[in-house]
Amino acid sequence: MGGYGDVQMIDENGIRVDGRTAEGIRPVEISAGVIPVADGSAEVIWGGNHVIAAVYGPMEAHPRKIQKQDRAVLDVRYNMAPFSTTDRIRPGFNRRSREISKVTAEALDSVVLTELYPRSKIRVEIEVITAEAGTRCAGITAASVALADAGIPMTDLVISVASGKINGVVVCDLNKEEDNYGEADLPMGVCANSGDIVFLQMDGDLSQDEFQTAWDYNMGAIAPVHEIMIEALKRSNGGEQ
Amino acid sequence: MKGLSVGRLGVEQMNDQNALGGRDGRGTRLVTPGAALGASEGRRIGHGILENDGQMIAVKLGRLIESDNEVSILPSHTRYTPRPGDLVIGVVEAVQSNLWFLDINAPFNALLPMSLGPGKAEFGGARNVLNVGYTVLCRIQEVDETHSSVVTMKGLGLRRIDSGIVEEIPPHLMQSLFASGDALKTLKDSSECRIILAENGRMWVNGTHTAMSDVISKLDQIRSMSRDISNLDSMVEVLQTEVQ
Repeated sequence: MGGYGDVQMIDENGIRVDGRTAEGIRPVEISAGVIPVADGSAEVIWGGNHVIAAVYGPMEAHPRKIQKQDRAVLDVRYNMAPFSTTDRIRPGFNRRSREISKVTAEALDSVVLTELYPRSKIRVEIEVITAEAGTRCAGITAASVALADAGIPMTDLVISVASGKINGVVVCDLNKEEDNYGEADLPMGVCANSGDIVFLQMDGDLSQDEFQTAWDYNMGAIAPVHEIMIEALKRSNGGEQ
Repeated sequence: MKGLSVGRLGVEQMNDQNALGGRDGRGTRLVTPGAALGASEGRRIGHGILENDGQMIAVKLGRLIESDNEVSILPSHTRYTPRPGDLVIGVVEAVQSNLWFLDINAPFNALLPMSLGPGKAEFGGARNVLNVGYTVLCRIQEVDETHSSVVTMKGLGLRRIDSGIVEEIPPHLMQSLFASGDALKTLKDSSECRIILAENGRMWVNGTHTAMSDVISKLDQIRSMSRDISNLDSMVEVLQTEVQ
């Protein structure tokens, strides 16, 4: 979100630096069941992002002080590998990873039927192997597939996409340059079937019309990603007979 | 939450092979969480399905089973849910003065009170009888509404396990693979091992080193195929393969 208005990232025909149109998303590949020792897992390659999520549990919640008497606790840990970006990241948690862990847990908590497992814990580990803008969105999407793969009861699958503004134009699914030099960013988490919004953040300024356009772009990107998610889950679980 | 249950499927349902579209699950549909399954009117709602405004929604990943008037999901993966009377293999996770906490492969640890424990232990001496890491064969005594379970070691054959190995089998396969008892009998006969199959997806195997290795490799193969219930016939074949 550098806001360098003189960096041209979209031409007069609406074509972006990587050849996409304003509403186009980067190529998405999803695989489920990639970690055999986990109860559920998923790998998401979203453009230049490479994210792996693993789910363990439901299990006894330790320490006991984190237990909720009427529901399970979603213990989400988002972490970027030190080698995931061009500049080395200091290993361990930082303010950003804690914030993303928190919003991811809250987004997933909306769809997971946590009340079925009181006093227990569902551990979700999200590891970013390679980062290229939109890692929180890829992380939420990967975690959602991993939870389904683990057999955790949930009312819907969550898909997260971000739209933003570059050179005064609203575009969908920002890449690294657009994220660095763009003017605004609107990541959203949407339930694939019900269309409910479970996660929404905004960085930068958007007018009401721009916000609506970004919203529409995000909602439009849900269906194709949902198809890929379902295909991935079917592939790892035997598919149609 | 009407109609939703997280427990395992009933034995009758799992044994009804027609419900699976044949023993191997062919003809069934894989559904993902959130999938709309149509109107619920006049249909009984089974495992893994939620009813909302007269519509059925899948809440688990698995195969859709439509049997008579009931609709349910046979999950591709699930955790063991304890039921009173189940024979389970537990591992001691913590010890207090008068009780033990056991990991029984469920979302919640089970309690083994000293009064239901093995032999005679004095208050404060629980650790001398069963220490952390010990494996025991026990039975679920009771499960309360918050899923807390109490286990007992008072009963025929319930004891501490101090030999052999404990292997794991995905809990969702327990009924479909071992309900008839044929597969387990074949495995016992072909491997010449002593085998106890607990309902929490754990199997105790004791025998010669070669025989145990053979059983481990068979269970490895089953685990690798476990995600797809249509592999059921192949899994049975693996269990029935003679020891070389």
